[in-house]
Amino acid sequence: MTALSADTGRIRSLLAQHRPRHGESLFRALVTLASLTVLAIIAGLVVVIASESMQGIAHNGIGFLWGRTWDPVHNVFGALPFIYGTLLTAFTALILAMLIGVGVALFLVELAPRRLAGPLGFMIEMLAAIPSVVYGLWGIFVLAPWLRQFVETPLHDALGWLPFFSGYPIGIGNLAAVVVLTIMVLPTVAAVSRDVIAAVPGSQREAALALGATRWEAIRVGVLPYARSGILGAGILGLARGVGETMAVTMVIGNAPTISLSFLSQGYTMASVIANEFTEATTDLYRSSLIEIGLLLLVVTLLVNAAARLLVWRVTYTAGSRSLLS
Amino acid sequence: MTAATTLRIPGRNLRRRRATDRIMRVLLGLAAVVAVIPLLLVLLYVLLQGLPALNLALLTQSPVPAGFPGGGVAPAVVGTLIMVGLGTLIGTPVAVLAGIYIREYAGGRGATVIRFLVDVLAGIPTIAVGLFAYGLVVIPMGSFSALAGAIALAVIIIPIVARITDEMLGLVPGSVREAAYALGIPPWKTIVRVVLPGAATGIVTGILLGVARIAGETAPLIFTALGNQRVTTSLGEPMDALPLRIWVYATGPYDSWHTQAWAASLVLVFLVLAFSILTRLVLRRRGAGRA
Repeated sequence: MTALSADTGRIRSLLAQHRPRHGESLFRALVTLASLTVLAIIAGLVVVIASESMQGIAHNGIGFLWGRTWDPVHNVFGALPFIYGTLLTAFTALILAMLIGVGVALFLVELAPRRLAGPLGFMIEMLAAIPSVVYGLWGIFVLAPWLRQFVETPLHDALGWLPFFSGYPIGIGNLAAVVVLTIMVLPTVAAVSRDVIAAVPGSQREAALALGATRWEAIRVGVLPYARSGILGAGILGLARGVGETMAVTMVIGNAPTISLSFLSQGYTMASVIANEFTEATTDLYRSSLIEIGLLLLVVTLLVNAAARLLVWRVTYTAGSRSLLS
Repeated sequence: MTAATTLRIPGRNLRRRRATDRIMRVLLGLAAVVAVIPLLLVLLYVLLQGLPALNLALLTQSPVPAGFPGGGVAPAVVGTLIMVGLGTLIGTPVAVLAGIYIREYAGGRGATVIRFLVDVLAGIPTIAVGLFAYGLVVIPMGSFSALAGAIALAVIIIPIVARITDEMLGLVPGSVREAAYALGIPPWKTIVRVVLPGAATGIVTGILLGVARIAGETAPLIFTALGNQRVTTSLGEPMDALPLRIWVYATGPYDSWHTQAWAASLVLVFLVLAFSILTRLVLRRRGAGRA
């Protein structure tokens, strides 16, 4: 599975030394170029998006980050409602997805019989394969009405005095966005956690079991502490996914630039304001400000992603397992 | 390792420990059930709502004026085929070559760095990729275009295919390469004529997986391909795509739009699931199915 055997490499370098050929150097140049293209794309993404948002950066200044007003007509651009909406929905969804996702991962690795673990794992991967816009469609016509009737209305009636459940239960809003995001973040968290937990050496479990631990105790004292940093990485990867998720959230969150604690309230996220308003942006400054939000989103997800990958790699690379389809 | 010290071994509370164990097992199983419910619900509704509306007219006719019954999403079907096809054509060679570099040429540390970059690229929000293609193609060309959409999709497919190529090449035994060298075949020719064919099935299914993934992408197309009510094959013009059309119809006010959105979703979901299941089967047969 890992790299080529040392012998193969040695033979190859010998061949390369003794028989310099144009074909070889050409091919090497070609594949190197392709790899550099990956690097160039990442750099290009940052450079192009940054340069397109220059006008916005110049006009909006640093106050862009905490401005609460988004008024394109009067050229007032504050991104706080979108940053807030993104953080609120992504973190809430992440907490839910972690609870379920790590549970699923533990079940798959530690408890489920092989015959069940295979199909179950596959179904969770399929969850990640369904297009975002289909989740959005389902969210609008199935989830939101259901939430309104069976979750939001009872919550509002019982706990409406809490700031989290104030407002009107209409289905479309922060809660629907959180639920849809949870579903979409879950496969990421579950797949990475599963790899990390599977990479925990069997001796960890055996030692605990040999001391008389129950299965759960073996998981708690033997497996979880060992997998902790990898599970954290899984969570951060999930966060990056949640922060960048666009379509499904745009379709169910209500798209109102308000800052509200209430899950019944409508909201807006960084990704959804770009998706929603970009083609309607009438002035260059408006468009540039939207791209500035995109730049913010890009930088945040790049950092979050890099951190998560490093964390996960440290755990799984030693065991040589990497999820292909996640 | 450190944890063993916190473990309290049998005692009077054995019954309670067993009860905790049972409860936690049930909870973990419950998590698995909760996780698959959304999948089943989404599939169920897409099937129930989409199947009655799915017919030939949907796939072959252009949209009619808003609110009128009838019409179809033909421009979106054609557009998705063209842009996904072109995106795959642009992205796949780069991805496969990059995969070859990682596995066959880069060596330990270099491979790690490029793999890391590929993973980072895979994690970039697709809406940001859309903005990139907007700045790179739409602004210089002066108009929204299918080409811009295809380039955005190409950027998205690259990390998917590069990663799978890397993995699939790793499954080809080193002895195969050595046998070729022993016959005096240079390394590059060995890779192209011996190693790549050996990994071809895996790589092709990886490409299919990437195709399924970019076929469902909406966000990168909004301000690149933009959408179009008429069938067009011109790469310099705005072009429609199934996910774009689903978005517009789902958020629009008309029942006929909603029905067509469900039907179009059924087509998309079927495509994605078929490709994913196919990939799964092939990968398992090749011994990498654990993922």
